[in-house]
Amino acid sequence: MDVVGGLLQGFQVALGFNNLVMCVIGVVLGTVIGVLPGLGPPATIAMLLPLTMKLEPTGAMIMLAGIYYGAKYGGSTTSILLNVPGETSSVVTCIDGYQMARQGRAGPALGMAAIASFVAGTFGVVALMLVAPPLAQLSLAFSAPEYFGLMVLGLTMVVLLAGDSLVKALLAMLVGLWIAGMGSDLFSATSRFTFGRVELLGGIDFIIVAIGLFAVGEVLGNMEPLNPPSMIPVPKGLRNLMPTWQDMKDCRFAFVNGSVVGFLIGVLPGAGSTIASFMSYGIEKAVSKHPERFGKGAIEGVAAPEGSNNAETGGALVPLLTLGIPGSGTTAILLAALILWGFKPGPLFIQDSPQLFWGLVASMYIGNVLLLVLNLPLVAVFAQLLRIPAYAMNPLILGVSIVGVYTASGSMFQLGLLAFFGLLGYAMRKLEFPTAPMVLGLVLGDNMEKALRQSLMMSQGDPSILVRPIPAVLLSFAALLFLVPLFKKLNAFRVQVLERDS
Amino acid sequence: MKPFVRSGDFWSGIALAALGAYIVSEARRWTYVSDEGPGAGFFPLWYGGFMVALSLVLVAQAVLRGAAPAEVRWSEVRRALTAWVAFVACVALMPWIGFMAAFALLAWFVVAVMARRPQRIAIPVAVGFALFFYALFDWGLDLPLPHSAWF
Repeated sequence: MDVVGGLLQGFQVALGFNNLVMCVIGVVLGTVIGVLPGLGPPATIAMLLPLTMKLEPTGAMIMLAGIYYGAKYGGSTTSILLNVPGETSSVVTCIDGYQMARQGRAGPALGMAAIASFVAGTFGVVALMLVAPPLAQLSLAFSAPEYFGLMVLGLTMVVLLAGDSLVKALLAMLVGLWIAGMGSDLFSATSRFTFGRVELLGGIDFIIVAIGLFAVGEVLGNMEPLNPPSMIPVPKGLRNLMPTWQDMKDCRFAFVNGSVVGFLIGVLPGAGSTIASFMSYGIEKAVSKHPERFGKGAIEGVAAPEGSNNAETGGALVPLLTLGIPGSGTTAILLAALILWGFKPGPLFIQDSPQLFWGLVASMYIGNVLLLVLNLPLVAVFAQLLRIPAYAMNPLILGVSIVGVYTASGSMFQLGLLAFFGLLGYAMRKLEFPTAPMVLGLVLGDNMEKALRQSLMMSQGDPSILVRPIPAVLLSFAALLFLVPLFKKLNAFRVQVLERDS
Repeated sequence: MKPFVRSGDFWSGIALAALGAYIVSEARRWTYVSDEGPGAGFFPLWYGGFMVALSLVLVAQAVLRGAAPAEVRWSEVRRALTAWVAFVACVALMPWIGFMAAFALLAWFVVAVMARRPQRIAIPVAVGFALFFYALFDWGLDLPLPHSAWF
């Protein structure tokens, strides 16, 4: 079946009344889930899975997928308004989104997040539809050494995320790697850095660290002054909440960057939307004519990661549907759902179940439009959160943090960890250690170690396996990235000399 | 007192060097490389070593910089730490008095004590938030929160 024919059949399926209703339920629920920190799509989809057994599989899959990509839209709202990542993939949006909100530009940040999500999300669906088979084949060529190269490249983004001190950024990243390495070693079952606690055998959940550093740490910082500054003023009217034409022009490259990087990272199993958003943010900063604006409220710093994490959804569905390989926790649950309904995701899935595949693709086009329509007018509604006074906002954030961590883990010990990481986040702020590199190390650490050890096992300890063509290119890029600060220093010195001589 | 002794970079560098040394000492107890390839100690040994080296760079930078560090407002730090202690107390009390009562106490503390708002604001905010979270998650979404014998 050709693409046009398949898509027409898909729209016939997706525009059926029941499936349309399921799509609306999915995207609305996804947005709500995205806004609530800690309550992510994997937990929600897992909770709803037993209920969907009573539903028609196509409608159920459309709804579950709607939750998956709808949450990506909602996650940015919390990042921008509260500096709390609603979704793990929205961590990067906190950096510039929250700064924009503090500068009174919450509306344009929210609007831009929705627009970038729509543009890149739609690109992701188009790419899923058009280039799924060849890209899936390319990702099959990736094995452990290539993944190691990719992870190292991801980690070198720390150079771009560093503030004034690269040493501090690298140290924060190393602490992230240490936390990522806690728990039972997958290869040898050795308990590492568990301090004799059974609860640490499974490692520390990323979301606890993220909520602790970003949410609790922020609240502690807010508590410092006796009379804290009033909350960020909210512009009235939808027009004031929309990005300006100049903002749109500034974000042209961010749309392309977010779309392409997000989709390509999504195709690679295990990479995930958090890495995609970090990468697109790093690229955006690297190519910007004004990289110094990043971290201080650059709108491109919102558009690129938000676009990227939405395009990643389309990419993540490629290996899931065409190879039966899930690349993340959420897609693993979606795979389980498909198998429970009696489908066989893999090379023959599109051929055997065209109604489901094309119905899903078409529903994602509809879902993205619905999310844009929902999120742009609702920007004003969500922005009203900022009207809540600081004395009420602080316990609200603490409450959402406690509930998010407890409902995800059901453990008091994890709440203790949340308190610890909250204090660490506050201390890092006071000591001017950037928090983003630590999160980056935490996200990539486990996979990087796994890839390195698998590579060296494959080569029986010979490190030359890491200089095969693809990893060699990736590692060379990483090395070049590390030289960026050196070039900047040299350039600054050159300018100083020129000014002195003139 | 030397200026660098009052520097946050100096002390955080010392603390991170100690953490790096701990990581290295732990990693040395685990297998570095075996016949099957790198062991559990391989990766931690490397990043622990890097951590020690970079921490010492941070300490050296603080010592060589020499200039007096920015003044720390200890009264503000005390307020933040007080809020943190209240948060820890809330978590510690939860198994005994349940989420609703523990969180209501935390919210009351933040509003009445930290923000110095009158009781007519603090009490409704505390009770309202506790009820809201409990109703939404425990009753509405069936996501159980810590319970006590009463709540």
